[in-house]
Amino acid sequence: MIDFPWLTLTIWLPIFGGIGVLVSGDKTDRKSGPEFTKRLALGVAVATFLVSLPLWFGFDASQAGMQFVEHAPWVPSFDVYYFLGVDGISMPLIILTTFITIFVVVAGWDVISYRPSLYMAAFLIMEGVMVGVFSALDAILFYVFWEAMLIPMFIVIGIWGGPNRVYATIKFFLYTFFGSVFMLVALIYMYFQSGSFSILDYHALALGMKAQILIFIAFLLAFAVKVPMFPVHTWLPDAHVEAPTGGSVILAAIMLKIGGYGFLRFSLPITPDASAALDGLMIALSLIAIVYIGFVALVQKDMKKLIAYSSIAHMGFVTLGFFLVFSIFRQPEVSTGAVMGIEGGMVQMISHGFISGALFLCVGVLYDRLHSREIADYGGVINVMPWFGGFVVFFAMANAGLPGTSGFVGELMVILASFRADFWYAFLAATTLILAAAFTLWMVKRVIFGEVGNDRVAGLKDLNRRETFNLGMLAAAVLAIGLWPKPLIDVMEPTIENLVAQIQISKLPGNDPALANQPEVPLKP
Amino acid sequence: MAFLYLLIVLAPLAGAIGAGFFSARLGRVGAHRMTILGVGISCALSLAVLAGFIWGDLKVFNDSIYTWMIADGIRFEIGFLVDRLTALMMATVTFVSFMVHIYTIGYMADDEHNWPQGSLAGKHSYQRFFSYISLFTFSMLMLVMSNNFIQLFFGWEAVGLVSYLLIGFWATRESAVYANLKAFLVNRVGDFGFILGIAAVGMYFNSMNYSEVFAQAPQFADTQVAILGGVSLMTLICILLFIGAMGKSAQVPLHVWLPDSMEGPTPISALIHAATMVTAGIFMVARMSPLYELSTTALSFVLIIGAVTAFFMGLIGLVQNDIKRVVAYSTLSQLGYMVAALGASAYAAGIFHLMTHAFFKALLFLAAGSVIIAMHHDQDIRNMGGLWKKMPITWLTALVGSLALIAFPGFSGFFSKDAIIEAVGHSQVFGAHFAWILLTVGALVTALYSFRMYYLVFHGKPRMDEHTRSHLHETPWVVTGPLIALAIPSIFIGWFTVEPLLVSNWLGDAIHVAHEHDSLHALAEHWHGQMAFIEHGMHGWPFLLAMSGLGLATLIWWFGVKLMPNLDALLQRAGGPLTRILQDKYGFDDFNQRVFAGGGLGLGRLFWNAGDQVLIDGAVVNGSARSVGRLAGQVRWLQSGLLYHYAMAMIVGLVGLLTLYVVF
Repeated sequence: MIDFPWLTLTIWLPIFGGIGVLVSGDKTDRKSGPEFTKRLALGVAVATFLVSLPLWFGFDASQAGMQFVEHAPWVPSFDVYYFLGVDGISMPLIILTTFITIFVVVAGWDVISYRPSLYMAAFLIMEGVMVGVFSALDAILFYVFWEAMLIPMFIVIGIWGGPNRVYATIKFFLYTFFGSVFMLVALIYMYFQSGSFSILDYHALALGMKAQILIFIAFLLAFAVKVPMFPVHTWLPDAHVEAPTGGSVILAAIMLKIGGYGFLRFSLPITPDASAALDGLMIALSLIAIVYIGFVALVQKDMKKLIAYSSIAHMGFVTLGFFLVFSIFRQPEVSTGAVMGIEGGMVQMISHGFISGALFLCVGVLYDRLHSREIADYGGVINVMPWFGGFVVFFAMANAGLPGTSGFVGELMVILASFRADFWYAFLAATTLILAAAFTLWMVKRVIFGEVGNDRVAGLKDLNRRETFNLGMLAAAVLAIGLWPKPLIDVMEPTIENLVAQIQISKLPGNDPALANQPEVPLKP
Repeated sequence: MAFLYLLIVLAPLAGAIGAGFFSARLGRVGAHRMTILGVGISCALSLAVLAGFIWGDLKVFNDSIYTWMIADGIRFEIGFLVDRLTALMMATVTFVSFMVHIYTIGYMADDEHNWPQGSLAGKHSYQRFFSYISLFTFSMLMLVMSNNFIQLFFGWEAVGLVSYLLIGFWATRESAVYANLKAFLVNRVGDFGFILGIAAVGMYFNSMNYSEVFAQAPQFADTQVAILGGVSLMTLICILLFIGAMGKSAQVPLHVWLPDSMEGPTPISALIHAATMVTAGIFMVARMSPLYELSTTALSFVLIIGAVTAFFMGLIGLVQNDIKRVVAYSTLSQLGYMVAALGASAYAAGIFHLMTHAFFKALLFLAAGSVIIAMHHDQDIRNMGGLWKKMPITWLTALVGSLALIAFPGFSGFFSKDAIIEAVGHSQVFGAHFAWILLTVGALVTALYSFRMYYLVFHGKPRMDEHTRSHLHETPWVVTGPLIALAIPSIFIGWFTVEPLLVSNWLGDAIHVAHEHDSLHALAEHWHGQMAFIEHGMHGWPFLLAMSGLGLATLIWWFGVKLMPNLDALLQRAGGPLTRILQDKYGFDDFNQRVFAGGGLGLGRLFWNAGDQVLIDGAVVNGSARSVGRLAGQVRWLQSGLLYHYAMAMIVGLVGLLTLYVVF
């Protein structure tokens, strides 16, 4: 079963499926009208999810190396290969991608009336490309997927976006493009150093401190924008506010994770010495994201902006978990915590995918009905939409990190790990217990509870079947991880232990012997 | 045994899920039967477990149920530790919960009147209420039965969630949803400390399991941590954990949420905000006694916080006119007594008072609820009076509750409270003397506010309007039955449990007291039976003060009010600034509102406006976009398209280059 090219299938099925959806068109004749298009799109999304499942069930959780590897020449004259593979870091993110896309398709069902085929096709193609980003092991292949991802999102926000969509799309595009050109330079530089575009070869490449710092900064520009980290985060609230619901869900649930993934796949293993030298900066930016952004979220008047800022704060936990490992290495008396920090960041990414996706769907439910995202336009929604109110309270609690939901697991692990790094890191990180509860539940109070706010609210209808399905499935996922995170952690643990071992070894040229002793990452065919 | 304990925990959960998700199909009767059955099973089995510890030779159970996760070598488990301390808590929690479930049938019978007309939020509210209180029972059991810190935190937050849902049960009332947000956030401030405490334990002990942590604890007794100029590790851990307890058990200054939580329906005020959830902090500290015994600093911090809460919160009870708020401030004050006992290392006395208080305070709240039903949801004691004639069962049971609360000799509260004051008197930690004075004078305050309320409600001339008075009658048996069932232990439980708990060390290894901290040994050494204990107590200051309080209350609010109906109001006016300070609750609420809520919003606005909008977006992002545009605009005129401009530029350039070449 493992020899079958599951990764190729998971990448190209939605891309070709998306093209098929586009071709099937928006014809309004009864036989193959938009209804057919939507069903086709849903079929492709579900099929993609199903073909991604072997990646989970066929995954050998005792292995740290790459699995489901596919290796074929692409542009042999430039040493560029079609090189795919997953480990315990990328595999859960791929499953997250294929899972979330289903709900995006379902959420657009009744709402998108203008060219639904293009809308659905954009998301399906984006799905395939994002899976490609997570599984590419060739730097050029990675870069192609990385940039290709922007185009469908650009289209989605630009066509189905809100009134200020042009500003938001340009800001989104320039910000992210600005970051990635430097990454390309770094990738090409390392090709000249190693004679290969394989990311795994980069991991073993010895680099001087100056080169490492420059490469680290190039990667940082690319990934920090995607995460987004303070102070390059301001594109996100604008993009979210203007994006249609599906765009927001994909943006928050998956696209931000690509930044976090980049730190684990590129920055930490390729430039460990630079990461260690600059970890203070990274931790400072992460803690600013948690505390500063937490306060900013508190005063937002637009629900989507509030959730967008909440995302930035939660992603601060991710980068904190990744970069606190070096302060743990520096204390010889503290033996554990590094693995937990990175794992905590990973769990936080997966969990945030479900929770923020669900919260954006919730805002979408209200927006579809009243065409407003302003908190002040609502109030007392529980009186007319009790089921919806229940879901909102549930996801709000998950966003506030309530134990039993997935939101707690990552936060707990990062706080436990950061305490080992430094008491004050943990102190500042733990303020999220108060801040996240304050900005989330205060919004819930103003939107959901109280007396019916106005006549328009009085006319609202509760969730329909599709909305209930979407929110119900996401709630189940949030609960499953919250009540039993063990399977998820077990899948990641060997890979992350290996990563921690790898980044503890200096890659400076003087340390070449140590580098030779580095544990060989086995390639599993 | 694991199966039995799982059944105890899961039976209420099953009831909660059934009543919550199938409310329409089950209907009202189905829902309350299902949840009562679940909690009933849980209660019966818990009592059996307790009996097994008392009369049988039940072994301590400490095992994992399933592995939550294994990360970085640390196992995070879901598991149970059932020893005598746990068994006592389980029995108390499930018994009170069982009574409250039955009582709720009567109290929530007309709940549809509490919702706006046509609001769907009120649909099936009766079933939902039962679902929530069963879910609470599940969460509370998870908390007390945990054998590790993570599950403790899980239960801790789960009871907080249910408390949030129940305080805001009438979700369309502005005051209710204000109160539940406040309760959750203040508790989160406590949890902030709590999670840091757990992280500290994780860092140094590399385990989350109680027994592993406690076994290693003595090795760390002298460890110093380089924070804030160096503190002892044990002091750090204990104070951080205690900050969590200050939130949950409403100790000054994190007490502000509890009085507002009275916005919730009365049954949950009895169950959650008096008998069980708020005592979670006391239970937690008692469970952690092997850690607290290693830090005298933490103990004295605990002692002082407890004593301050006990005295100053009791005073506020004197000026409250809402029947539930009087009882709420009394709860704050009694929680202070329990916390003070912990600080004096008299953990057993704290747990003892926790238990007796659970019975008599649940009784007082449910009696208050019975009065509220009869008064058609008017809660102002100034409008009551003379209810004893119309509501004999409520009257007598409330009298029992009040006597137990003021520690009238022989009643359950007498044994537990007297033991606490005695133990604090023997404690050697810093501040014990100060605490003893506050607690002793507190006995006078307790008697005053309790009997002020009692007389104003049940005696004197009826002051309600004609309509209410003509409809006054005793509440149905589902309400009075639980009152009687709680009144019995409120009288007798102290007599029967004082000796095993305080003298013969029935709790055993569940609690660890260092020899030099043992403040209960004097009591145990001079033990000559309950009668001798009562007689001894009747020579002490607490008894004298409590009795003078009772006498004074009788003089003022019974005889005095008979002669002068507006005496209470006159007294409050005569109090002048003192009354005003108490009515302002020492200004905590104003301060929090202004500094924390206002300050937080102000900071948020500052960061957003000055940081995100002006600095980052204004200056850097749009600024660079603008400067690119400006630059492009300025260089555009170079490309004029006129041949002679370009020719001129070429000549100037050529001349310039030649000059450079010649000169250098």
